[in-house]
Amino acid sequence: MLLRDIAHSRTGDKGNISNVSVIAFDPKDWDILQSQVTAERVRAHFGAMITGPVERFELPQISALNFVMHDALAGGVTRSLALDPHGKCLSSLILTLDIDKSNP
Amino acid sequence: MKTIRIGTGAGFSGDRVEPALDLAKHGDIDYLVFECLAERTIALAQQAKMRDPNAGFDPLLERRMRAVLPVCHEKSIRVISNMGAANPVAAAKKTVAIARELGLTGLKVAAVLGDDVLDILSPDDFRITETASSLRDFNKQVVSANAYLGAGGIVDALNAGADVILTGRAADPAMFLAPQIFEFGWKMDDWSLLGRGTLVGHLLECGGQITGGYFADPGIKDVPDLARLGFPIAEVSADGNAVITKLEGTGGCVTTATCKEQLLYEVHDPKKYIQPDVVADFSNVCIEEIGPDRVAISGGDGAPRTGSLKVSIGYIDSCIGEGQISYAGPGAVARGQLALDILDQRMDLAGITCQEKRGELIGVNSIISNADMTSAEPNEVRLRFVVRTDDLATATRIGEEVESLYLNGPAGGGGVTKNAREIVAIVSGLLPEHQVQTHFEMMEA
Repeated sequence: MLLRDIAHSRTGDKGNISNVSVIAFDPKDWDILQSQVTAERVRAHFGAMITGPVERFELPQISALNFVMHDALAGGVTRSLALDPHGKCLSSLILTLDIDKSNP
Repeated sequence: MKTIRIGTGAGFSGDRVEPALDLAKHGDIDYLVFECLAERTIALAQQAKMRDPNAGFDPLLERRMRAVLPVCHEKSIRVISNMGAANPVAAAKKTVAIARELGLTGLKVAAVLGDDVLDILSPDDFRITETASSLRDFNKQVVSANAYLGAGGIVDALNAGADVILTGRAADPAMFLAPQIFEFGWKMDDWSLLGRGTLVGHLLECGGQITGGYFADPGIKDVPDLARLGFPIAEVSADGNAVITKLEGTGGCVTTATCKEQLLYEVHDPKKYIQPDVVADFSNVCIEEIGPDRVAISGGDGAPRTGSLKVSIGYIDSCIGEGQISYAGPGAVARGQLALDILDQRMDLAGITCQEKRGELIGVNSIISNADMTSAEPNEVRLRFVVRTDDLATATRIGEEVESLYLNGPAGGGGVTKNAREIVAIVSGLLPEHQVQTHFEMMEA
């Protein structure tokens, strides 16, 4: 199963930092997000696209995680050579993370 | 308990114009706030002002004001916007002229000033965060320096009876926080209330992003009628809690999901959303659907402000040259890759000096830069070759090199486009708030 089946996401940018939220559609899936969508997995998932560390913040009352990815926007929106300098597309990519629904 | 209704008229400078008019006409709102100033916009506006002292404000100001001012005047809806950009006084003068032309006699327009700190920054004391150097050692051609102002100047203008308030750089949520401070008499050190008011501002500042825009994903997150997306309204109580809604009959939707996505948009640590007036705390926010397109927001909080203001520095960074060309059908990826290899060689052969370059195939690896190149072959690809250079003349040669692939590159390349541009980029730093003097100028139609 993909993360997309249980969660939605939005990306925001500040300078060369991208933040990506991961929000459970159903609060029952919060435990799965908390245990399986770790900062380490997100860092590995994006690989070379992100050169800095990834931080994770938890918001259990809205069943959401917030990932702050440093050095993720090829220099930042005002000078990046990238086609998507804001990293708007990153929210769709995080949702391709594999999730094991049988093992919360 | 007293409540007020605040509507968003625009969430960015290029936003649609009609939703604001709909809100003014039918939204029963007290305030209409237009957020129109992106990070770099003010630096570009500053350059425009240097060329013409009457320019440097938002190019859509006239259209937006012409559309909403008559209704806002009739219904006593007060307008707040950062469309003043690099020249709030010129923006206010223009607004007064429009108001006179429309017969809106007596309309009071305030320009909030003080954000332009270019002349007061100390080259040795002011530190650039990104480079960890002083402004002097940064050694670039700086074109603008603007501090993110808090709500204070806008509140002062509201107290003085302004109907329209135009700012330059102000923190986006502060434009929404100001009317709450003014209407409810909140103290500037009541951190919980300022935090809640900031939360409302944060949720509203991107307009349609909380009413179903930037949200739709067919089959998973369906949103009705995006072509007629309604912009948000917050019904705010004196305790700072709020209901987010939109105009009945407009497109879009307000749900817990749209509100949660917007809550975290451009947020890092949700406990510490740093603003000029408060460090807002979103970590315990509760979001609850209480009716169709009605979502209750509570649990916002705040801690004392830092005492520093963020300053955005606009500077001439570099130039960028770009060219694109398409390949289609069997072998499209291989021909695109061959063309990229040729372009790489051409940089050396043609003696083009690059600071940084990027070659990619749109449809394959332009977004996912580490994509697996052996996955299923697309029907077509578009090569994109983009190079950072020292000067515009060199940047122009990039597109020419891509164009020359027509006759000198792989088979079947078509649809070349090219451009070259100077890049004004942004870095930032912090300035003690006492160094920034906020004031306003009032004019009347």
